Amino acid sequence: MKRVYLYKGFERFWHWAQVVLVFTLMLTGFEIHGSFSVFGYKTAVGLHNTSAWMFMVLIVFSIFWHITTGEWVQYIPTSKNLKVQLQYYLGGIFENSPHPTGKRLLSKLNPLQRLTYFGLKIILIPLTVFSGLLYMFFHYPIKGFEIDSLEYVALSHTIGAYLMIAFVVIHLYLITTGHSIGSNLNAMITGWEDMDDDEVKDIVDDVVNGAEKIIKPAKHKKKVSKGGNIEVNKLVKEAVEKNLQ
Amino acid sequence: MRNVLATILGFILPLIIIVLIQYYNVLEVDGIPVRASEIMDEELEVSVDHSMFEILNQDFKSGPEVTAVCLTCHNKRHEEIMQTSHWKWEREEELEGKGIVPLGKKNILNNFCIGTSSNEQTCTRCHIGYGWSDKTFNFSEPTNIDCLVCHDNSGTYKKKKGAAGHVDESVSLQYVAKNVGSPGRENCGVCHFWGGGGNNVKHGDLEKSMLDCSREVDVHMGIDGEDMSCVDCHITKNHEMQGKLYAISSENKDRMNCEECHTAAPHADDVLDDHILRVACQTCHIPIYAKVNSTKMIWDWSNAGELDEDGHAKHESDEDGNHKYMSIKGTFVWDDHVIPEYYWFNGIANHQLITDKIDTIPVQMNSLDGCYTDKGDCQKSGSPAKIWPIKVHRGKQPYDPVNNNLLQLKTYGEKGTGAFWSDFDFNASAQAGMDYLSLDYSGELDFVETEMYWPLNHQVSPKEQSLQCIDCHTRNGGRLASLNDFYLPGRDSNDYVEWGGILFIILAFLGSAVHASCRIVFRKNCKYNN
Repeated sequence: MKRVYLYKGFERFWHWAQVVLVFTLMLTGFEIHGSFSVFGYKTAVGLHNTSAWMFMVLIVFSIFWHITTGEWVQYIPTSKNLKVQLQYYLGGIFENSPHPTGKRLLSKLNPLQRLTYFGLKIILIPLTVFSGLLYMFFHYPIKGFEIDSLEYVALSHTIGAYLMIAFVVIHLYLITTGHSIGSNLNAMITGWEDMDDDEVKDIVDDVVNGAEKIIKPAKHKKKVSKGGNIEVNKLVKEAVEKNLQ
Repeated sequence: MRNVLATILGFILPLIIIVLIQYYNVLEVDGIPVRASEIMDEELEVSVDHSMFEILNQDFKSGPEVTAVCLTCHNKRHEEIMQTSHWKWEREEELEGKGIVPLGKKNILNNFCIGTSSNEQTCTRCHIGYGWSDKTFNFSEPTNIDCLVCHDNSGTYKKKKGAAGHVDESVSLQYVAKNVGSPGRENCGVCHFWGGGGNNVKHGDLEKSMLDCSREVDVHMGIDGEDMSCVDCHITKNHEMQGKLYAISSENKDRMNCEECHTAAPHADDVLDDHILRVACQTCHIPIYAKVNSTKMIWDWSNAGELDEDGHAKHESDEDGNHKYMSIKGTFVWDDHVIPEYYWFNGIANHQLITDKIDTIPVQMNSLDGCYTDKGDCQKSGSPAKIWPIKVHRGKQPYDPVNNNLLQLKTYGEKGTGAFWSDFDFNASAQAGMDYLSLDYSGELDFVETEMYWPLNHQVSPKEQSLQCIDCHTRNGGRLASLNDFYLPGRDSNDYVEWGGILFIILAFLGSAVHASCRIVFRKNCKYNN
């Protein structure tokens, strides 16, 4: 077993900020919906609006982060191994089989997760945010751009909210399906995840490939330097292995 | 260490920011309206002392004599007065589908005493004139104007009962004439509190307790608060008073607005201020009306006229001392601390004229226009319909089932004239009333249910007592439970969405639980167990 630094500071901040905001939005949102009374209606509305704005700011930051770091590729859905992953959750997991898809630096999500998070980011969150903005600014049929009734806006927003709760329930349960009950949670808190040696080999490949991408021979050949032609590949591998000892 | 720090920041920072912004939102600006306080600071300076005028040292025998003297100095004022609805008891206003109709107390029907026509002798006790006893009244004679009923500051002026607006013999007109000034709440109240034949019969939010009330009853007029009089708000120019009541008005003009003093954003809270777009200030700030004395809620004419064994008219009172049954008028239901009913209203009312056929039951004596989708632009009102608190007065009154229209009763008069209050004969009374208007009466008389709408404007409560969010934004039993033409957050939901959503969550829980159980059960017997 090894420990690998899988989740960077921003990712963890992003994740836990969403936790706080989503729970605040759910609690206050359903109070506004009339489901129960916790904060008092006026406070609930204020909290809901404030956390909605924070959530939208967070979305903007995270989109920026994902583009600049190239991490967005993690969410592109793939059919590769989709079936294997499904079979694992419906069978293998009960027999303590190993996870069929290992985590890679730019592929932390398994095919099912990719699909789920893609849907979350492309459908659920836009639906909820867009209907929320309409709710905020067009709650009366009076301002220029006309919506005749708040009803469909509100219903879309409510559907989004129910789907989000269902997502959170399943998400919370799936936390426990890591190497050990707590390893996924621990990884999202500290950034470090326990991994089998097999998986770590893949990660080392990722690191080596990463290094090869950013270090190349110069175009204009100059005098060979003292150390001779260095092999990036070898150098990085040595460094990693030294670290692992 | 750095990771822990980042995690803590991720948790704590959003929380702190939320709390800060919330706290900022909750901060309330002390809500004294800027314009109102300016107005309050302007004290009217009395420029003359009428008691020193020689010309008033007369032994006035009648009201018109006083008026003639008033006009020697205040010349031309009568021309202003003669333009007002206080004088004419009608306005030229446009009614939807009926064109421009001169309409007012003179000819409009209500579901209280029904109408003034043929009953002027008693009704015009509340007219600002002398001698309007029938159709022959001269509206262009200046000395027919009663200056004193509005401008008496002595508190001793009184019009005689059943004398077409003439002064009661007990009044010393010289004393009154020497003590005139700007109208106080007594002057307005003598008619506007007592309309319909008793205190608070009609409005529900205008009554005698407001001569001397606390700010709990009326935050503006409370003598322990702002102590404002009627004309502080009802600003008057050339005797034309601002503000109107839709029992007798129809068009969206010359209205009073809270915003004139309080601005359109008085709450220091955007969400509350936004409500002003579609919710009248009155809706939240007049949570109940008839806070001191009861107001009449139901007037049923159908059993009027029952006499006691000796053939005398009966008077029965309820436990609060309000009339329950009167032979001359029928059965009443009164109530106090009444919760208003709520309707959309865009400032335009229509009226059931005596010549109109009855097409809705209950008959809408004055239907208030407006609905959720009425946002005012391009519409006749020019401003969006808002949710208003309304006193609905329900009645059961005579109509002609053959001609299918409401009936004017002659109620006041000598025995033998057909006057109901003397003869107790509906048929004769209707015949006399309709004859007076030169309208046809078939001879058939029945009773029909009617509703009259009184938008509430007075008895504004202190802000601590205004409605709270959940008075309307609540699933069941909210104030707006019956105003159903729009989606109200907190009240409305869609059954499919609700049950579908809950089912989805239950499935998510069940799925997780079943999966977890399988993991626990199977792994116990598993060869790979580690």
